[in-house]
Amino acid sequence: METMRERFIATTAELLDHDPRLAVVLADISADQFGGAAARHPGRVINVGIREQLLIGAAAGLALAGLRPIAHTFPSFLIERPFEQIKLDLGHQDAGAVLVSSGASYDMSSMGRTHQAPGDVALLDTLDGWTIHVPGHPDEAEKLLRHASASDGRVYLRLSGESNPEPHAVTPGRFEVVRAGQAGTVIAVGPMLQPVLNAVTDLDVTVLYAVTVRPFDAGTLRQAVGASASTDVVLAEPYLAGTSNREVDEALLDVPHRVLGLGVGRAELRRYGTPADHAAAHGLDAASLRKRISGFLR
Amino acid sequence: MTITQPPQYKFADLEPVMALMTGDEKHGPAATSTLDVLWVLYDRVLNVDPGDPQAPGRDRFLLSKGHGPMAYYAVLTAKGFIEPELLPGFGSFDSPLGHHPDRVLLPGVEIGSGSLGHGLGLAVGTALGLRAQGLDHPRVFTLLGDAELDEGSNHEAIAFAGAIGLDNLHAVVIDNASATHGWSGGIATRFEREGWSVLTVDGRDHDALEAAFTAPHQGRPHAVVAVVEPKNSMFSRPRISAR
Repeated sequence: METMRERFIATTAELLDHDPRLAVVLADISADQFGGAAARHPGRVINVGIREQLLIGAAAGLALAGLRPIAHTFPSFLIERPFEQIKLDLGHQDAGAVLVSSGASYDMSSMGRTHQAPGDVALLDTLDGWTIHVPGHPDEAEKLLRHASASDGRVYLRLSGESNPEPHAVTPGRFEVVRAGQAGTVIAVGPMLQPVLNAVTDLDVTVLYAVTVRPFDAGTLRQAVGASASTDVVLAEPYLAGTSNREVDEALLDVPHRVLGLGVGRAELRRYGTPADHAAAHGLDAASLRKRISGFLR
Repeated sequence: MTITQPPQYKFADLEPVMALMTGDEKHGPAATSTLDVLWVLYDRVLNVDPGDPQAPGRDRFLLSKGHGPMAYYAVLTAKGFIEPELLPGFGSFDSPLGHHPDRVLLPGVEIGSGSLGHGLGLAVGTALGLRAQGLDHPRVFTLLGDAELDEGSNHEAIAFAGAIGLDNLHAVVIDNASATHGWSGGIATRFEREGWSVLTVDGRDHDALEAAFTAPHQGRPHAVVAVVEPKNSMFSRPRISAR
């Protein structure tokens, strides 16, 4: 199956052909795959080399000059390494950009901690004004990319090698009610949807599917919780556990509730292996999810 | 009917303008390392218009070294970007004039700065963006300090801009010998070895500065090292105690 990263590259190459405002900034990662687009648009496909501070600084400068930049590399090097450039060159300058990462929390499980950034969403969440999309399928990634490239804001698109088997007709900014139940509400983010659905087959829970996690769709969550006999909420996020607990608490400020934040653990595993090994180690495989969710709900 | 013309400022008029911000009558131009460079850029070099500060074809000036912006605000006042009435409020809660500038608050200011090492990367992107839109005439200038070059982000930008021959990019480095560990071999070599055109001039000599800023440098980005008096700081150089 085509990966989100492959779809991102193909879609961006096509968008470059039709939108003269669009520019892509790379730091060697995916530069070969963008070779054709770079040959057609040498002024708008820019590879700065392994220079991630410049990756963000140059993207922000392009925006100040009137272009719509897309900056891309692995999440560790896109969000964590040049974080002050994200804060100042984009945020403080009030410049827009689409940051597209590929690698998620442990797609590169065998490469160790250096290539894993489960804290990227939480880190970006310290800043104001970011839209954060976490698609669960290449079709969704394409839709969110097209939506982001046509806007002016600051958008983070977090792509993963993990994918749900079927795409959903996602609406940017909105949670989808996948199923309704009375025992509580589970919010599954991006690639967590299929493991969550496998985990709750015989549990009477509402499942919300989230591809946009910032801004957080508090309205849909409130409706779902209001329609359920239980106000308990479980978050299943494919990045640092607890990243969105605050958002749930704010959405349900006037509703007594409990929140269980499931996601990638804070402790460094110091293990290699496969993404599936890491999902199991963090309790994010279907069997672990079922145990943790049913243990939490009353 | 009388048409009021805005006052025509000269370089000597900047000192009292700066005094409006500091309240310090003795705060002469010599105390400000950037004043002459800023004046020459805005008075003789940059194509900018306070009546149309967002014109797509304007030259861009990015103040990377955002510390001590009084000289910058004084020059912007002299050139009609800032109303003189705003100056006494410098640094106050309701003022758009902070101790570091903010582009969102001040039309004509291209970037907000204060954290060192951000202007050159932004300038690289701006220069690329102008090129990508076929805007071949606007030039991009950014002003840095010699101590600011300590930040590694500058060296990412210097090497990349040199490698791709980004010739609409201009870096001005004010050298007041304030870098703690100095730059062995000189600042100019940092740019030269990456393929830049570089001129080192007296940072107080207006004609020399103008000539350096406008010197041809086809196919290469251009750096001007403007040397001024060393900063008198106990931290300006590591000191070896002598008994």
